[in-house]
Amino acid sequence: MARYGMVIDTRRCVGCMDCVVACKTENQVPEGFDRDWIATDTTGRFPNLHLEIRSERCNHCDAPPCVDCCPTGASHVEPFGHVVLVTPEQCIGCKACLASCPYDARFVNPDGFADKCTFCIHRVKEGLDPACVSVCPTRCMTFGDLDDPRSEVNRLIESRTHHALIPAAGTSPRIFYLT
Amino acid sequence: MAAGLAASAGARPALEHVSGAATTEKGIRKVPTFCDICFWKCGAIAHVKDGRLWKVEGNPEDPLSRGRLCPRGTGGVGAYFDPDRLKVPLVRRQKRGQEEWVQTTWDEALNVVAGKMETIKTKWGAEAMALFAHGLGGTFLKHTLKAYGSPNIAAPSFAQCRGPRDVGFALTFGEEIGSPERTDIRNARCLVLIGSHLGENMHNTQAQEFAEAVGAGASIIVVDPRFSVAASKAKHYLPIRPGTDMALLLAWMHVIVGEGLYDKEYVAAHGYGFVQFQAELEPYTPEWAYPETGIAPDAIRETAREMARYRPATLIHPGRHATWYGDDSQRSRAVALLNALMGSWGRKGGFWTPSSMDVPGYPYPAYPKSTKGKVDNPGSRHRFATESITTGIREATLTGQPYPVKGWMVYATNLINALPNQEETIRAIQALELLVVVDVAPSEIAGWADVVLPESTYLERYDELNVESFREPFVALRQPVLHSPHDQKPNWWIARTLAGKLGLQAYYPWKTIEDYLDHRLAKANLSFTELKRKGIIRGAAVPVYFDDGVEPSFPTPSGKIEFYSTQLHDAGFDPVPKYTRHPEPPAGSFRLLFGRAPMHTFSRTQSNPLLHDLMSENEVWVNADVASRLGLDDGRYVRLRNQDGVLGQRIRVKATERIRPDCVFMVHGFGHTSKMMRRALGKGASDAQLITRYKTDPLMGGTGMNVNFVTIEAEA
Ligand code: SF4
Ligand code: SF4
Ligand code: SF4
Repeated sequence: MARYGMVIDTRRCVGCMDCVVACKTENQVPEGFDRDWIATDTTGRFPNLHLEIRSERCNHCDAPPCVDCCPTGASHVEPFGHVVLVTPEQCIGCKACLASCPYDARFVNPDGFADKCTFCIHRVKEGLDPACVSVCPTRCMTFGDLDDPRSEVNRLIESRTHHALIPAAGTSPRIFYLT
Repeated sequence: MAAGLAASAGARPALEHVSGAATTEKGIRKVPTFCDICFWKCGAIAHVKDGRLWKVEGNPEDPLSRGRLCPRGTGGVGAYFDPDRLKVPLVRRQKRGQEEWVQTTWDEALNVVAGKMETIKTKWGAEAMALFAHGLGGTFLKHTLKAYGSPNIAAPSFAQCRGPRDVGFALTFGEEIGSPERTDIRNARCLVLIGSHLGENMHNTQAQEFAEAVGAGASIIVVDPRFSVAASKAKHYLPIRPGTDMALLLAWMHVIVGEGLYDKEYVAAHGYGFVQFQAELEPYTPEWAYPETGIAPDAIRETAREMARYRPATLIHPGRHATWYGDDSQRSRAVALLNALMGSWGRKGGFWTPSSMDVPGYPYPAYPKSTKGKVDNPGSRHRFATESITTGIREATLTGQPYPVKGWMVYATNLINALPNQEETIRAIQALELLVVVDVAPSEIAGWADVVLPESTYLERYDELNVESFREPFVALRQPVLHSPHDQKPNWWIARTLAGKLGLQAYYPWKTIEDYLDHRLAKANLSFTELKRKGIIRGAAVPVYFDDGVEPSFPTPSGKIEFYSTQLHDAGFDPVPKYTRHPEPPAGSFRLLFGRAPMHTFSRTQSNPLLHDLMSENEVWVNADVASRLGLDDGRYVRLRNQDGVLGQRIRVKATERIRPDCVFMVHGFGHTSKMMRRALGKGASDAQLITRYKTDPLMGGTGMNVNFVTIEAEA
């Protein structure tokens, strides 16, 4: 079974937020909430600057504290692709997972359950890329199986310098940023 | 009367598979069309799920979108659902600008418009009626106005945006850059952006190609007072002092010519007047340019050599919004000349030669000939203007010279925020006997109108065909996906019905837009049915570079690339561009710069709920040191005051390293004051309000708008 992840080329990303709006329409994310967002880090002093633009979302961590702390089992690792998902019907809205996620990836849906990125698993099951990946005009995002040594995601990770977010949190995130 | 919501005179378009809000439709329906959230016209596929508009994706068959829309296009869904969109025809009740309306029927609204237009024609002549229309949707209104007898049709895209660039390039190569621009970004090995923030300025195909060039390791050189997104991708970032771009361009050419780095064969074969050009460049050494631009001579030399290293695949991007300082067509000419030195015109990685399908126009009767001529450019004082000048029409409206203008029809362009000096625009409006606004959103200009006509969004209407002039020929169809949710009408219906009321039926021999489209397509041996199914029909690819068989041709007076322009000389202008120093902001003031964000189009999209969610207000970028000296924390509200004492709206400070200390920057299009735009009202500040000054380009009448200075006042 696959273990899905994403590799995002920060050199190509222009921070246009198309990924954000595509997620909103694809998944009918309620107004005012986001499953993905853009972060920018500027370092240096004018004019010698470095800017990294990142499209961020749930990292579908290999060691997900949000799943460990969930009292009802609503937050779980789905066998299909090892994706971290929430079953709305089982969620009691206690927010333990919101507190435990170091990436602030979750929010409470106005309907009362914890909500976040699903890696668009409904699309992936149909052989499509997640909405954010397939919309990105700069084609800076690649989605695929980290367990497949020949996958494009692994090829990119091996060929370029990269980093993941807050490695010290020990969650083993599965989204990698090429620099 | 207030019975506006009743069904109106026009029949609903008889279309299969079209559904409104209440529906029994099940499943997913996909309708190919093309986007209208900006003017790029990307091929799209609208998805309707169980009768409700779900999402809009790119059409993979379309060479513009290449299957991927930009954020605005993806957010197109929001235009349909926008609760603030215009819903019914409105007629003004109170004084102009007070936004007091009576809802009415289409029949009544168009009777008012036609009646006033008849009066204007009788009293002042048909020329006294002007049309401002931006984009493809204006096609039919233009047709009606021409049939009525007016030659006065203009769009801000010329004198307020790309006009100087097109004139500068046409003077040099004999041809314009066009839109979509004929830039071969994807194959460029060296890309120079001078005041062009690609990526933030999200013209979809270009942004895609820019990322491709970055991905392929192209050498990127960015010249900008602001560390733009594009600058963050650059090998060389040159933080130029605003207003001195011409000095840098001349110094670059001085180095390239002086060191013999240009394409000698190309220049010998295609150039005219190179010797005079060379002599003119003499004084512009990098050492001379240093104190002007703030860019060290070494950096100027290094980047000049970098460009030469990759020629002819070196593209100095012509930009788009080119109206900065009033000498803009000469600056654009300098950009054109630098490209000519690289031999990039007609070459891979430079500028391709566009082509289009041969789709004949509809055979209409001839338009009446105006004896008075156009009003915007009396005596051709702007000798090289190739299109009508909006601000010229405004001036004629104010002065009555060379003849009076008494009526404006405004289609899809918010003149209040598009033209410099709002006070002049408002005074001109007060001099009118009729102001009609046709739009989707209740813009500020709609607030000043006598009659407001609500247009359907692009998801609810057919439009003129897009017979694109591009890298490869194609024709695209915009077709309705859903019925309009209220009493909005497609522009073709509005234009045709108005023509009928003006007694101009002869100019609309077709009954429905489908007849019109079918007729045009049949003449081109294309199938309307196929186009409806696919959204786009592509023609055979044709050569796009000189090396692939395009015959080099330069339709200038000399038939060559004009390094020295005899036409400019004869008209009393510099035949080779020269440097002019522009005034600096006084101590304590900052030059006001403005630009784009990828998620908004002009001032048209701020009330779109999806796009509003991405960016609900703009910020003013202030250099971090300056901000801390002024005690302005990041995120706090301030107001800008310009040199004429105009106090801007509340805007948040973005204290950042990413801008020079002598200027501030904001994204255009915010600070809405129209009460009808409830979601966007009072969010962020309008740059246009602070642009009270402008400098007119003597060659073509463009309005340089980067000439305003502001101080920053903290908000309590
Ligand atoms: S759509 Fe692509 S380029 Fe745009 S912000 Fe998202 S990841 Fe970056
Ligand atoms: S990013 Fe947060 S929500 Fe997603 S799996 Fe990791 S801990 Fe859980
Ligand atoms: S993978 Fe799907 S749900 Fe997750 S951010 Fe992308 S579009 Fe949203």
